[in-house]
Amino acid sequence: MSLWEYANPVKFLRLSERVQPWLWWGAGICLVVGLVWGFFFTPDDFRQGSTVKIIYLHVPSALMAINAWFMMLVASLIWIVRRHHVSALAARAAAPVGIVMTLIALFTGAIWGQPMWGTWWAWDPRLTSFLILFLFYLGYVALWEAIEDPDTAADLTSILCLVGTVFAVLSRYAVLFWNQGLHQGASLSLDKEENVADVFYFPLLVCIGGFVLLFLALVLYRTGTEIRVRRTRALMARETRGAPLQAEEA
Amino acid sequence: MPDLGKYAEAVLSAYAVSIVLLVAIVVLTVWRGRKVRAEMEAVERRSARNG
Repeated sequence: MSLWEYANPVKFLRLSERVQPWLWWGAGICLVVGLVWGFFFTPDDFRQGSTVKIIYLHVPSALMAINAWFMMLVASLIWIVRRHHVSALAARAAAPVGIVMTLIALFTGAIWGQPMWGTWWAWDPRLTSFLILFLFYLGYVALWEAIEDPDTAADLTSILCLVGTVFAVLSRYAVLFWNQGLHQGASLSLDKEENVADVFYFPLLVCIGGFVLLFLALVLYRTGTEIRVRRTRALMARETRGAPLQAEEA
Repeated sequence: MPDLGKYAEAVLSAYAVSIVLLVAIVVLTVWRGRKVRAEMEAVERRSARNG
């Protein structure tokens, strides 16, 4: 059995419908447990006070905003190299979810930044690269909507996705190599010294799990919808082509 | 409810905005998915009827 079998829309839909209930339930449970744990049962930070509770939304959404773009990049590359329609549709399906994740990261970041930095916004490398990533998401969705031929749209959006990857990488690593902004370093690190304290770390991991599962559930569901839109259009086009023939036969 | 102190407004608004956005994307996704599925089934039925 090969992974490429799932490039077949029927097989993809069958697998997707089997997996989705697990993803939806997993996402719901992780999000409820993680957010309730983080909000109600973790202490305030000695420096940031209760604003530390925003971490359970800000970090997972920022992580998913970037990873959604990387998922779109992989799907776009598969489209460019192998011309599998399901991969192009999966990239299209992921973009609005990425927009929501980026919006949550930007909103919660601004709300968190105001009491901590004294400003809602700063032209800090990470914040700026995130804003540009958000604009790339909007442009990506707009390009899909603007082009009627789905294959041409998939080609052009794939190229846009490759270009936008620069900003996704910048958003991810700006805090590491661009040491001049307001934004702190990464909250999660393999180095225990740099990591957030365990009392915040474990509920944060559960929330991240919830966001990942929710992203997967949404993308699978939306890809199924895109496949059905495509099939409906193909059937309608066949009907339209068949209509003059039927009229002649009559 | 935990005592959020002077940052209550910031914390609660961050949670409110995020939860609204998450619920919105889920509701819109499912709503559109159901609509598209119904449309596809209607077209499939029509195509089957017309041969």
